[in-house]
Amino acid sequence: MQSRQTDIVIIGGGGAGLRAAIAAAEANPSLHITLVSKVYPMRSHTVAAEGGCAGVVQDHDSTQDHFEDTVSGGDWLCDQDVVEYFVEHATEENLQLEHWGCPWSRKPSGHVNVRAFGGMRTERTWFAADKSGFHILHTLFQTSLKYPSIHRCDEFFCTDLLVEAGRCAGVQAIEMRTGDHVLISAKAVIIATGGAARVYRHNTNGGIVTGDGMAMAYRQGVPLRDMEFVQYHPTGLPGSGILITEAARGEGGVLTNRDGYRYLQDYGLGPETPPGSPKNKTMELGPRDKVSQAFWHEMQKGRLVETDQGDAVNLDLRHLGEKRINERLPFIRSLAQTYAGVDPVTAPIPVRPAAHYTMGGIQTDSRTQTRLPGLFAAGECASVGLHGANRLGSNSLAELSVFGRVAGEQAAQFAAQADLVSAAALEAQAAEHCSRWEALRTANGPERTSEIRDAMVNIMDRCIGIYRNEPDMRSAGEELAELKLRYREIGLADDSRAFNTEWLYAIELGFLLDVAEAMTHAALARRESRGSHQRADDYPDRDDTRFLKHSLASVERANPESAPTIDWQDVVITRSPPAVRRYGGQDTSLKEVS
Amino acid sequence: MSQTIRIQLERYRPEEDSEPWQQTVEVPYHRDTSVLDALNYIKDHVDPSLSYRWSCRMAICGSCGVMINDEPRLGCKTFLREYLDAGELRVRAMDNFPIERDLIADIGGLVGHIESVDPFLIVDAERPLSEGENLQTPLQLERYEAFSECINCGLCYAACPQFGRNPQFLGPAAITLAQRYNLDSRDDGTPRRLAYLNAEEGVWSCTFVGYCSEVCPKAVDPAAAINQGKVSSTLDFVQRRAVDPVSTEDG
Repeated sequence: MQSRQTDIVIIGGGGAGLRAAIAAAEANPSLHITLVSKVYPMRSHTVAAEGGCAGVVQDHDSTQDHFEDTVSGGDWLCDQDVVEYFVEHATEENLQLEHWGCPWSRKPSGHVNVRAFGGMRTERTWFAADKSGFHILHTLFQTSLKYPSIHRCDEFFCTDLLVEAGRCAGVQAIEMRTGDHVLISAKAVIIATGGAARVYRHNTNGGIVTGDGMAMAYRQGVPLRDMEFVQYHPTGLPGSGILITEAARGEGGVLTNRDGYRYLQDYGLGPETPPGSPKNKTMELGPRDKVSQAFWHEMQKGRLVETDQGDAVNLDLRHLGEKRINERLPFIRSLAQTYAGVDPVTAPIPVRPAAHYTMGGIQTDSRTQTRLPGLFAAGECASVGLHGANRLGSNSLAELSVFGRVAGEQAAQFAAQADLVSAAALEAQAAEHCSRWEALRTANGPERTSEIRDAMVNIMDRCIGIYRNEPDMRSAGEELAELKLRYREIGLADDSRAFNTEWLYAIELGFLLDVAEAMTHAALARRESRGSHQRADDYPDRDDTRFLKHSLASVERANPESAPTIDWQDVVITRSPPAVRRYGGQDTSLKEVS
Repeated sequence: MSQTIRIQLERYRPEEDSEPWQQTVEVPYHRDTSVLDALNYIKDHVDPSLSYRWSCRMAICGSCGVMINDEPRLGCKTFLREYLDAGELRVRAMDNFPIERDLIADIGGLVGHIESVDPFLIVDAERPLSEGENLQTPLQLERYEAFSECINCGLCYAACPQFGRNPQFLGPAAITLAQRYNLDSRDDGTPRRLAYLNAEEGVWSCTFVGYCSEVCPKAVDPAAAINQGKVSSTLDFVQRRAVDPVSTEDG
């Protein structure tokens, strides 16, 4: 086994990991920083974010408004001290990206432009056409090259956190090119591995989004928080789930059912607005949880459009005209043409909800520190407390920068006063991990990785979807437990070392199963409906008396193979006591989009 | 899904194969089946040992570049229906790179070239964030916007005969990226980058075949970037001669 030493190791080279690396390098240039990623950083899934990145910038907007939109959008499950910090720092992070060269779209005056987004009462979403995540990621990657203290391990697959004397002391990885195990001891560790929507079949995520960091932290006793809150993006392409950005609606696109009817007006988001004149927080600019739930109701009513890839609704952009579509939504036009055979200039795009984002993740405090000293987490893999029960679109790209920077600075501070645990002290546990992964590589049981994965994604689609009920969730819990037993009987056809992706997919499947179980058991325990977690049959209402709390899913220490235990943590309320969420005509303070 | 098409894969596993070999697989398809979908089908249902890179499946992450019937293409943006007349697809790792395994090319050289051209904003005087954004009109943005859309997939390197002959050549993506920053109204780094562009392995190595732009899946037009680089390089040379006719060093 190779052995390396560094001051800070960062797992994941997406937006949060790169921003953390830069922040740590700037905070303390003498620190040696190692950025480990299972893909070249520019492949990270930040690349696929389209619509934009929130940050208050207009004179008539305020951070107070951004705070309120985020808290009510999250159905009051956000930690409000965290939201306060976030809204105060989002704009400066967007500006920082601008100073680093991010090609934000501009007004004729040369100032940065902003667009409308779901659940936001004022336009405050910065955008780079409809490739905002792509440009943010490439800007951060390219900027990171300026810092000689950032050392990358590209295509190194992290398998384990190393913990010694109650402290996170490094990570273990597989160098994919050779299949060699690598021990990296570090004074501080940051997890920035993104989400886990690959536990679902119908999802918007890239194949790499497999919850690795969440599972690695969970296996070391760090709780996963609020895992029941999974965001369905209302507009994925049927079949593939490929993302069609919310900006399509921010720019004025409308959703219609098989009768050509703007059905969102039936679900608390009306009154209907004229096509091409969107109104903030109204109709198509409602929050994602409610827009996806409306689709589910239309499905029950049999008012969907049939396509050869399954039932859908229509996202109609035709009234925007070719010029505006090309200017604001060029990638969407290309995606619709390539993957749906539809030109949105002349025909509506068929869309349906697809699993998109994990609001929950590794529990951290408001400064990204986990309860395991030396371990930090930022971005989608983390639950810093920002998104509550439903994230607003464009808050997650801003989160990457705001909390990626915090994580980098905090880890730098921690590393400056910590000693390195000697590699010798870590070797025993590393060897143990090694033998477990080597046993998997050479396993010859009867079960196949792809079959277990297919079974898992079908369970999650069926049972832990937009609406949930007790019998389905119970059944999901039992079926996932069975899959974990089958996983122990797995066999691989390929026992080679060099770039053995069958082996890596099998390790990822183990991560996914842990995350799927945490989601399922947290969902079972939350006996209320809030945000993206809806139980229409048995607990149709929000219950602030019992559940104004974060769920915490933890490994059962005595029996790691059993289902997670669920505990609860109070939500931090500072200035906004729980209230009714108001959208459309119920919110009297709203104006039309300029 | 009853119809099938034949796919010939070039396999190479460094631990057991002394040279690449061919594997033929019948794959079911429908109208929307991409080459990437077909590879995933093979991995799950036919041969789990096949290795290839992929992630986003929407032509933005740049992972899945391969040769398909000898053309550099993204697997996720190429559909089996395009090959019904040919009757067969031949898929192998991208040309002009060493093969790591199966369809996985060693793109370390490409990434190294991208890293080498100072691809970040270089400014003479840093402005504090409190002064707000740098102004940039839509027209100024448009000057470099297309060149900023490169996804680093490497197809242009697989297409470039010059890179095939000389892997030291910076190549289309790296030169395009340098040009992207040189054309950015906020950037003062052109003199620094011209040093790389003017060097032997820079723009002048390009013999203007233009195949790089033909295969680019994002219409970035790297050939145009290289040509513009040649013009800047020439102007730079002429200007330096004008300032100091004796020496061309550090004009």
